[in-house]
Amino acid sequence: MRNTKKLTFLGLFAAVAIVLSYVEHLLPPIYAAVPGIKLGLANIVNIFILYKFTVKEAATVTLVRILTVALIFGNFMTLMYSIAGAVLSITIMALLKKTQLFSTVGVSIAGGVCHNLGQILVAIAVTATAEIGYYMIFLCISGILSGTLIGIAGALILKYTKNLKGW
Amino acid sequence: MVSKKLRNDILLVGGIVVFALLLFVVFKLNLKDGNLVKVSIDNQMKDCYNFNEDGEYTITSGKNTNVLVIKDGTAFIKSADCPDKICVHHRPISKVGETIVCLPHKVVVEIIKE
Repeated sequence: MRNTKKLTFLGLFAAVAIVLSYVEHLLPPIYAAVPGIKLGLANIVNIFILYKFTVKEAATVTLVRILTVALIFGNFMTLMYSIAGAVLSITIMALLKKTQLFSTVGVSIAGGVCHNLGQILVAIAVTATAEIGYYMIFLCISGILSGTLIGIAGALILKYTKNLKGW
Repeated sequence: MVSKKLRNDILLVGGIVVFALLLFVVFKLNLKDGNLVKVSIDNQMKDCYNFNEDGEYTITSGKNTNVLVIKDGTAFIKSADCPDKICVHHRPISKVGETIVCLPHKVVVEIIKE
């Protein structure tokens, strides 16, 4: 029974994450000169699951989201970038959360910056030009800003769902 | 407890900013001098000029003209008949990856290395 409930919730969260990705996809680029600057709305779901469940569930839901989004909007290359960003981001977020030294906002910031870092590393590997690393300077700053916003949103959701039981 | 986490968060952000600054310094120090000036119009490469040789070239596309000057290891647009003259006012470029863009004429001048 418990497993069915959990599965249902995780399925719902995956759907929410996919919709958030889609909404973000509809928005115009924030600053077109540097690709990759974005809010990362779907990371709200990641943070939520990471704090309510474990890294295992967060990774599973993210994988479902990435595969679905890639099938609908993307191609093989965007899939590569997404996976690299997600793996690094979730790993670091899970580690930082485990230390209990950082707030949700701190964890989210680290996740955002690491997501960008993962994608930049893939871009450097694919194009074999280290100059792309230059983007990372801007992506660090944008990762801090969007990570803060997403972290605040995630913390609020966690706060208001604190008393929810049943999963 | 809460303030301790806040302090750690701030330290984390500080660390990331320092990382970004380090990257900035590394890339600034590593900028290479180019040896070719690439001119493209509407994303199509049109000409490549030797960057080590001084010269004056007229870039034409239809009725539009931009006059590119290569002098003493820098490249700049001396004059142009575009309405905004942003390309003319752009500072001279010399490092790989630097560009001068003339949006009205869709002209991009870029320093490359080969």
